[in-house]
Amino acid sequence: MNAFSNTAAVAPAFPAASDERLLIPPAVEPRKTGTRRLALGRTIPFGALIGPALLLVIWSIGSIAGLIDPRTLPAPWSVIGTAIDLIAEGKLQHHLMTSAWRAAQGLVFGILIGTILALISGLSRLGEAIIDGAVQIKRAIPTLALIPLLMLWFGIGEGMKVTTIALAVLIPIYIQTHSSLRSIDSRYVELAQTLRMGYGEFIRQVILPGALPGFFLGLRFAVTYAWLSLVVVEQVNATSGIGYMIDLARNYGQTDIIIVGLVVYALLGLASDGIVRFFQERSLSWRRTLAD
Amino acid sequence: MASHLGGLSGAPVVRVESLVRSFGPRTILDGLSLDIEKGEFVALLGRSGSGKSTLLRALADLDDKVSGSGRLETPDKKSVVFQDARLLPWKRVLENVVLGLDLPEAAERGRVALEEVGLSGRENAWPVELSGGEQQRVALARSLVRDPELLLADEPFGALDALTRLRMHDLLRQLCARHQPAVLLVTHDVDEAVTLADRVLVLDNGAIAADIAIDIPTPRDHGDRRFGEIRSHLLRHLGVETKPVLPV
Repeated sequence: MNAFSNTAAVAPAFPAASDERLLIPPAVEPRKTGTRRLALGRTIPFGALIGPALLLVIWSIGSIAGLIDPRTLPAPWSVIGTAIDLIAEGKLQHHLMTSAWRAAQGLVFGILIGTILALISGLSRLGEAIIDGAVQIKRAIPTLALIPLLMLWFGIGEGMKVTTIALAVLIPIYIQTHSSLRSIDSRYVELAQTLRMGYGEFIRQVILPGALPGFFLGLRFAVTYAWLSLVVVEQVNATSGIGYMIDLARNYGQTDIIIVGLVVYALLGLASDGIVRFFQERSLSWRRTLAD
Repeated sequence: MASHLGGLSGAPVVRVESLVRSFGPRTILDGLSLDIEKGEFVALLGRSGSGKSTLLRALADLDDKVSGSGRLETPDKKSVVFQDARLLPWKRVLENVVLGLDLPEAAERGRVALEEVGLSGRENAWPVELSGGEQQRVALARSLVRDPELLLADEPFGALDALTRLRMHDLLRQLCARHQPAVLLVTHDVDEAVTLADRVLVLDNGAIAADIAIDIPTPRDHGDRRFGEIRSHLLRHLGVETKPVLPV
C-alpha cells in the first residue's frame, strides 16, 4: 500500500514506466528537502578497502620509480615473493601457529577472568569493594611494565607470555563490561521486580544482555591489546612466533621478512576484529544506531 | 458481567488503610484509605505531585526505599503497565510478553495475548521496530498474559498521540471486560478517567478528595450531558474552573 501511494505521486511524470513501477516498491531516493540530513548516508560498498588500496598504489609507484630504496622498504612484489618462499619452507605457518596459539590462550583466560571479575564487581557492593580498586590499580600500571616481574615469576616460557597477554586483555573487558552493567536502566530493574523474576532469571534476561554491548566494545579493545602484548613478549624472549621471526630478520637486515611479519600482524588484527564485529552485529541486532 | 460472582464473595481485592508515605520531610500520602473490589475499574486523578504515582508504586511493591506506615493488602497476581512501554530492547516481542513467565505453555499464551492486542504476526519483531502505540500494546499483552487480579497502570497512554490514545481506550475496555481484573488507572486526563472507569478518585494533599461512581452506561459518549457534568465536577476538584453549561 505504501509502495502504491509513493509511486502514484510520481507516476504521471513517467507514464510509460508507470505500470512496472507500481509493482516494484521504489528505492528510497534522496530528495531535496532543505533540511540537513544528520544521519550518515548510504554505506560505500567495500569502502574500508579504498584507503589501504591507495597506500598500496603509492608504495608500488614509489618502488617502480626508484623513489623508495629497497633496503628501506622493498617493493610489494618482492615482499610477496619472500612470503611465498617462507610459506614454501614452512617457516611462516610454524611461526604463525605459535603466535596465534599464544594470543588465543591469553585471550581466553583474559576474557574469562575479566568477565567474571566484572560480574562479581558489578553485581555486589562487596565484590566492587574488593575487586574494583585492585583492577583500577592494575589498570594504572602498563602491562608491558610488568614483564620483568612476570619473567622472574614465570620464567621465560609460554606461561609468562600467556599471562602477560591475559593481563592486558582482562582490563578492557572488565572496564567496559562493568560500566555497561552498572548503566543498565533502573527502569528495567523495576520491571523485573514487578514481573517477579528470580535473581538468576534477572541476571540472564536483563543484566547479561544489557551488559553485552559493553562486553563487545571491551572485546574489540582486548583483541588489539592481545596482539600488542604478543609482539612485545615475542620480541623480548622467544624462539618462535612472528615476533621472533621479525626480530631475527632485524639482525640480518632482512627488511622484506620484517614487512611480511608486519603484514601478517595486520591481517591477524583485521581478521580478529572482523570476527568480533561479526558476532557483535549478530548479538546486538536489536539496536538502532547512527550507522544503520 | 462476571464480576457479580466476585461481588458475592465480598472481600475487596485491594485494601489500603491509613497509608502514609513520605520523602524526607514531605508527606506525600497522608493516612490514605482505599478499597478496590474484584473486577472494579478505578481511575485515579490528581494534580502533579499529588501522590498518584506514589500510591501506585506502593501498591506495586516498588517503594521499599520510601519511609511510611499503614496497612496494604494486594493480591499476588498483579501486573503493572508503566507510562513507557518498558520493553527489553534485546528481547523480541513475544519474549518480552512472556518475560519471567515460568510456564510450559508460556509461548502459546503469549501468542494469544498478542493476538488480543492486535499484534499477531509481530511476535519476532524487535521492540525498536514498533510504533509507540504498538509498544504499549505489547506492554498490555505482557500484563494480561499473567492473568492479573489487579492491573496497575501509571499513565499508560500519556506518551501516545490523541488518536492512538482513543484506540487504546477501546482496547483496554475490551480487555478488561474479558479478563475482569481490578484496575487502578493513574491518569491526568479527566476524559480518559470518565470514559473508562467505574469509579473515579481525586487525590489531593495525600488523601482522597473525591470518590465518584460513574453511572453512565458504556460505551460512553463525550458529548453526553451526564459526562459533561461529571467532567466539570472532577475538574473543580482538580482546581480547574469550567464555564457553567448554559441552558439552551
